[in-house]
Amino acid sequence: MDLLRFITAGSVDDGKSTLIGRLLFDTKNILADQMEAIERASKTRNAGEIDLALLTDGLRSEREQGITIDVAYKYFQTPKRKFISIDAPGHIQYTRNMVTGASNADLAIILVDARHGVVEQTRRHSLIASLLGLPHVVVAVNKMDLVGYSEDKFLAIAQDYQELANKLNIKDLTIIPVSALNGDNIVDKSEAMAWYQGETMLSVLENVNVLKDINLNDGRFSVQYVIRPQTEDLHDYRGYAGRIQSGVYRKGDAIVVLPSERTSRIARIEVGGKEVEEAYAPQSVTILLEDNIDISRGDMIVPANNLPQLSQDIEALVCWMDDRKELKVGGKFTLQHGTTRTRCSVRSIEYRVDINTYEQLEDVESLKLNDVARIVLRTAQPIAYDSYQKNRTNGGAILIDETSNVTVGACMVE
Amino acid sequence: MSVAVNQTQTIERPSMDYLDQLEAEAIYIMREVAGQFERPALLFSGGKDSITLVRLAEKAFAPGKIPFPLVHVDTGHNFAEAIRYRDELAARTGAKLIVRYVEDTIKAKGLKEPTGKNASRNWLQTYTLLDTIEEFEFDACIGGARRDEEKARAKERIFSFRDEFGQWDPKRQRPELWNLFNGRIHKGENVRVFPISNWTELDVWSYIQRENIPLPSIYFAHERECILRDGRLLANTDFIQKDEDDQIVTRQVRFRTVGDMTCTAAVESSAATLEEVVAEITVSRISERGETRIDDQQTEAAMEDRKKGGYF
Repeated sequence: MDLLRFITAGSVDDGKSTLIGRLLFDTKNILADQMEAIERASKTRNAGEIDLALLTDGLRSEREQGITIDVAYKYFQTPKRKFISIDAPGHIQYTRNMVTGASNADLAIILVDARHGVVEQTRRHSLIASLLGLPHVVVAVNKMDLVGYSEDKFLAIAQDYQELANKLNIKDLTIIPVSALNGDNIVDKSEAMAWYQGETMLSVLENVNVLKDINLNDGRFSVQYVIRPQTEDLHDYRGYAGRIQSGVYRKGDAIVVLPSERTSRIARIEVGGKEVEEAYAPQSVTILLEDNIDISRGDMIVPANNLPQLSQDIEALVCWMDDRKELKVGGKFTLQHGTTRTRCSVRSIEYRVDINTYEQLEDVESLKLNDVARIVLRTAQPIAYDSYQKNRTNGGAILIDETSNVTVGACMVE
Repeated sequence: MSVAVNQTQTIERPSMDYLDQLEAEAIYIMREVAGQFERPALLFSGGKDSITLVRLAEKAFAPGKIPFPLVHVDTGHNFAEAIRYRDELAARTGAKLIVRYVEDTIKAKGLKEPTGKNASRNWLQTYTLLDTIEEFEFDACIGGARRDEEKARAKERIFSFRDEFGQWDPKRQRPELWNLFNGRIHKGENVRVFPISNWTELDVWSYIQRENIPLPSIYFAHERECILRDGRLLANTDFIQKDEDDQIVTRQVRFRTVGDMTCTAAVESSAATLEEVVAEITVSRISERGETRIDDQQTEAAMEDRKKGGYF
């Protein structure tokens, strides 16, 4: 059985939490005591109607305000697959939380209210899914019960959305009419919408192919830790521990260490202490080399015939996440990429993206919370990277504020 | 005449099983801790989740030893089986074991121990934990919390920042992007790290079964003298204050979670092997904490409040 990570995004009242609640409920993943707790809580808030949204709103202030503030994770399974659902807040002030949630997702469910159609937030959520390179997007046109389950209404929204998607980088798109509240087309086919011939939400989630989303072409491996037992029987053992970010590594492969550009061959690969002939993304492994060369945390081991870019000048799309300080030209940060950390400074802000109209705005002096912009960075040490759209695992980086130590920016290197 | 056959063995690359994926992620997180911090520690409770953590740590650093100590905050109300298991595990893995006692904190700080029927040292553990972190200047503490356990935990980061008072602020969590964990802190602050955040209870049991990890015997069905209270079965021990409504009964039980004797309830079960336990959990309709943890049921936000105060 494999694992699918998906994020749900929508406006404040689009019914995201209800959708997740419905998925859990109809796949029999809500346990008896959890159901009792929801029933108890529902009684005090609503007119006795069971509110499935209460399943995911976990913090006290969220329950008080009836909104989702932070990213919440839910776990469920069907006979076909295990799922991690990532529930991200819909409100504009929490865009950074959606970026956070989307960074680890294989698929995004974007909710659209059938009464309102494609709105500003739909455009923003879709842009984020596209920027973060999510391979699959499912648009759930929700609350179909409130528009009389109208096919015309659905088709008009689907067409609007298709036009929007054409401007973005969305590889695999599915649009489904649903009612999360009543369970139409979530797990079971809707009787009220017999005109809809496509898949249900669960069917898409169960069948989407995530195996081919893993990049097995470009070998990328960042050293996390050097294992040196230094015991009598393991006196010369020197293993480079890390996770294969992409590609396949085999015993005997010719490799290059970056940034030093020293060369060697793979002498041995271990997984959990046992030797294997080859290993592939996203396995955690230990690599031993034929030659004794100086390698430490932050270095990369890559195939000699397939090198990433190595540079101190980096262009990236950045999502700014700090609500206390703005990003300005000349600003200095710590850049974390793979297992490397290096200082960097912002050389320029090329343009800011209007996340609702997708227009590129020039002459931007600074970035505020939730702004998305293209920036140029100069790093103190060279970084071995790939373009994010080509390799999600070696094209992402974060900016860390040097005084507060807080993560303040998400970079997708171009 | 012979023909030289050059056989190159290629291993197939099927989709990784979900347990392999979860294991690879947890090992990656363990190694980030060892790579990013000066003085990390693994908080060991004797429960199945922290036993799983130890196995993952062994695999992450094989053939080397686990490069950080196991730390146990002992309430003095633990199951004897769990303590024995802990000592054996430390001896077998060669990991350093540090034990600090809630009893000592109570004496040193002159704390008032909760009394009464459902009294537990659960809250007091936090003081001992924070003192231990200060004593050894731990900058990262690995814990076995899972997001499926409880609503507040479902919102917590894998690298969860704590201020110099050990407090968790759910509204100011650091964004956590891709697999880039930001463990940068100032002196006196620390990070709680949860490598099995994305595991469910069933995943943990399935992994224990697959890896054939030995567990303390109390996880399997056995005859035990119990206190029957409000429909729950508690181990009969002097640590629990009894009253006339409590019935003493002997039942065949096992423990689904192992915490303090005072706040961990047993479930009636005949599951005596790992296979039987996994089968029982697969069809269970009640969550682990709902069934067995008395500490979480005081209020709707019991865990959120404890975490803000510095709890695990």
